[in-house]
Amino acid sequence: MDEEPLVIGTHKLNSRLIIGTGGAANLAVLERALVASGTELTTVAMRRADAEGGSGVLELLRRLGIELLPNTAGCRTAAEAVLTAQLAREALGTDLIKLEVHADDRTLLPDPFETLDAAEQLAADGFTVLAYTNDDPVLALRLEEAGCAAVMPLGAPIGTGLGIRNPHNIELIVSRAGVPVILDAGIGTASDATLAMELGCDAVLLSTAVTRAADPERMAAAMRAAVVAGRLAREAGRVPQRFWAQASSPPR
Amino acid sequence: MIQIKVNGKWCEFPEGTTVADILDAMGGARQGVAVAMNGVLVRRGSWVGVVVPAGASVDVLTAVQGG
Repeated sequence: MDEEPLVIGTHKLNSRLIIGTGGAANLAVLERALVASGTELTTVAMRRADAEGGSGVLELLRRLGIELLPNTAGCRTAAEAVLTAQLAREALGTDLIKLEVHADDRTLLPDPFETLDAAEQLAADGFTVLAYTNDDPVLALRLEEAGCAAVMPLGAPIGTGLGIRNPHNIELIVSRAGVPVILDAGIGTASDATLAMELGCDAVLLSTAVTRAADPERMAAAMRAAVVAGRLAREAGRVPQRFWAQASSPPR
Repeated sequence: MIQIKVNGKWCEFPEGTTVADILDAMGGARQGVAVAMNGVLVRRGSWVGVVVPAGASVDVLTAVQGG
């Protein structure tokens, strides 16, 4: 079956599964998981060059031919996020940026005001902005109007694995979006990824669910299949839910 | 000698030190890194020419696993 590519700005991707590299025990585990996932776009964070954990991930992603999606994780203000995005573009030579401005460490929920402010500045500066946002249909529209190339509502807070807590909000966001909607954060297992696609999301971004699974490579393969299954089901058009039974065999 | 804060640590450098000199002192990596001085991006093409003043804060960033 022909798969339509995911288009984000000028970037075309055949895989609708975006993987985050955070949380992997080591690079060998990460490599096997990335290959099994089939992903073509993968997040990295920007940190001081002498910080631990910097070695190797760039070379790994280049060797695997996976496009980089730098993020602004750890930023608390629009100004910090804008500077981090500029540094990422300079260091990595990509216009893609996953904009995330966290309000506090306990929830890691996006700060809507700082996120919107940063999105306007970055879009005006020529970035292809993928904005991490709350599952708020109004904010998603505002981010699109600000020039974001994709909006990325959370299913649940980062790293919780709680799945999609408000499926109706995700459907509302999808129903009005003119840019791709990527379900980001909260995915715990394969059925969550499938649900995201069944709700009409264009892609899924996850990391913890794979990198911290008991067997990351196997879970990556599960997520790959889950995203494909969910998209096929969405396109196929599910049957309506009914209260009473409806016989599937002819009456005797 | 002057004091420059490199990635959060005060270090001594001779007067006239450029951004490129600081990168050399850190091991010389040029690929996949970016530099901010006092919270403002210093473009790659300016590394050789930009002199870092005493008391400046220079951050050298690269990509790590995350997100």
